[in-house]
Amino acid sequence: MNEKIIEKILTLLAFSAIGLLLLITIFIFKEGFPVIVKAGIKDFLFSAKWAPTKNHFGILSMIISSLAVTFGAIILGVPLALACAITLAEFCPRRLLVFLKPTIELLAGIPSVVYGFLGVILLVPLIREYLGGPGLSLLAASIILAIMILPTITSISIDALQAVPLLFKEGALAMGATHWQAIRLVLLPAARSGVVTAIILGMARAIGETMAVIMVAGNSLKIPVSLVDPVRTLTSTIALEMGYSAGDHRTALFAAGIVLFIFIMSLNILANLLMRKK
Amino acid sequence: MGWKQTYLFLFLLICLTAQGCSSKNTSRSHSLTIAGSTSVQPFAEKIAEIFMEINRKVVLNVQGGGSTAGIKACREKAAQIGTSSRELRPEEHDLTKRIIAKDGIAVIVHPDNPIHNLTIEQLRGIFSGKFRSWSQFGWINKPIFFVNREEGSGTREAFEHLVMKKEEVSDEALVQDSNGSVREIIATNPQAIGYISFGIVNHQVKALSVDSIKPTPVSIKNGQYALSRPFIFVVSGKPEPLAQQFINFVLSKEGQQILEKEGLVGIL
Repeated sequence: MNEKIIEKILTLLAFSAIGLLLLITIFIFKEGFPVIVKAGIKDFLFSAKWAPTKNHFGILSMIISSLAVTFGAIILGVPLALACAITLAEFCPRRLLVFLKPTIELLAGIPSVVYGFLGVILLVPLIREYLGGPGLSLLAASIILAIMILPTITSISIDALQAVPLLFKEGALAMGATHWQAIRLVLLPAARSGVVTAIILGMARAIGETMAVIMVAGNSLKIPVSLVDPVRTLTSTIALEMGYSAGDHRTALFAAGIVLFIFIMSLNILANLLMRKK
Repeated sequence: MGWKQTYLFLFLLICLTAQGCSSKNTSRSHSLTIAGSTSVQPFAEKIAEIFMEINRKVVLNVQGGGSTAGIKACREKAAQIGTSSRELRPEEHDLTKRIIAKDGIAVIVHPDNPIHNLTIEQLRGIFSGKFRSWSQFGWINKPIFFVNREEGSGTREAFEHLVMKKEEVSDEALVQDSNGSVREIIATNPQAIGYISFGIVNHQVKALSVDSIKPTPVSIKNGQYALSRPFIFVVSGKPEPLAQQFINFVLSKEGQQILEKEGLVGIL
C-alpha cells in the first residue's frame, strides 16, 4: 500500500516536470505567435530592421548573429575540447585523470556572469588594442563561449572515447599502428557519433547563453561583416529589452523566443537521434 | 527524485509569483502603489523607503514598467501614482501632473578625449552614423564608437526626442541596458561616446557641454542646458489622502534633498 502511494507520487512528480515543459512551450507559442502573424513570417525572419516600438519586427540580424557566435565558439572550442578529451582518455595516467576531469567539469560550474566579466576586463581591451573595432565583438563572444562549452564537449567526448571497446585499439596496435595512428584511424571514427553529439550539445549551450554574451558582444543591431564587429544575439535581445517592453514589443520578444526555442529543440533532437544510433 | 522535487518547487514558486503580480488592487488605506518609469523608479524607491521609515504603518509598493505603462496604470487605478520621465502627451492631459525633479542627460566621453563641447547637430550626426571619425572633430583619426540604450528605455526615448528629432540612431550603435554599463564602456574605451543620467556621471568619464552649456544642477534647473527632462508624478482626479501625503513629502524640502543627494536636480 505504502509502496503504491510512493510510486504514484513519483509518477505525479515526473509528469509535473514534463507538464512544466509543455506549459512553457504552449505559453511561448501563444504569446509570441500573434506578432509573427501581424508582421508576416517573411518580414519577421528575413528583415533586419528591429524597432519594435515603431512596428518593425525583423530579427534577421539577430539570427545571423546567434549563428555566427555559435559557429565561432564551435570552431574555436572543438579542437581544444577534442584535444582535452583525447589527452585525458588516452595519454593521461589514471591518477592525473581523476584530478583533471573534475577540474575541466568545474569550468561548467562557473556562473556565466563571471565569464562575461572576465571577458570585459581582459579580452575586450586586448581585441580593441590589437585588432581594432570597439572590442565588444563577435570574436570576444565566440572566445568566451568556446571556453564555456569546453566542459560539455570534453566530458561527453571522453565518455564516447572510453566506450570504444578496448579490442579495437588492441587490434590496431597489433597491426603495427602507433598510438596516435590507432587514435586517429580507429578510436575517433568509432567514437564519432558520441563526439558529434557532444559538439551539438555544445552548440545548444552556446546559442542559448545570454549573460556572458550581453556583456562582451556589444549588442549592436547591424549585421556583422567582420570578426571585430559587435553583434546582438536572440537571447541578448530578449534579456536586454524585456524590462521595458509592453504590448507588441513584448510579443515580439516572445516571438524571438520561439525562434530560439526551435533552434535549441532541433539541436537537442538531433543529438538524441545520434545518441540512439550509437 | 531531487530533480523532480526541485521542478515542482519551482513550479509552485512561479504560481505564487504570478499570483503576486496579478493582485494589483491591494489599495487598502495604508498601502500605495507607485508605478511607471524605470528611470524614476530607483529614486522613488529610495524616497519611499524613507517615507516608510517615518510612517511605519504604510506600505509603499514601487514598480517599474515604463512611463507609458505607469500613466496607463494610474488612469486604470491599478496604481495610485504613476511616474513618468517624459512630458505628458496631449491625450494624457486629463491627468494631473506634478514635476518632482529634473534630470539632465549628460553626453559623456573618456577623460582622455580632448573634446569639450558638441552641438546638438554634431551629436545627431554622430549617433546617426554621419560622422564616423574623431578627426572630424579635430582629434585622432580613429572611429567613433557610440553607445545607445536599449529599445524601450526612457532615457533613450528622451535622447531621441531631444537630440535625434526625426532621424534614427544608426543600427551600428553599441547597446547597453543601463546607465551604469554605458558608463563602464565609456570609461574603458577612449573612442566611445554615450549618454547617461546626469546623476550617474562620476570621475571615470567626462560630461561634455552641449551647445556650449555645461551640464550643472543650475543649468539643468533653469533650462539652459538643452538635454533635460522632467520626472513627473501623475494622479488621476483627486489623489487619495495617502497619495497626497507622499507627494507632499517628495516636494518638501526634505524630500527634495533626498532626490538631490541621489543625483537629481530639485525644483525648489
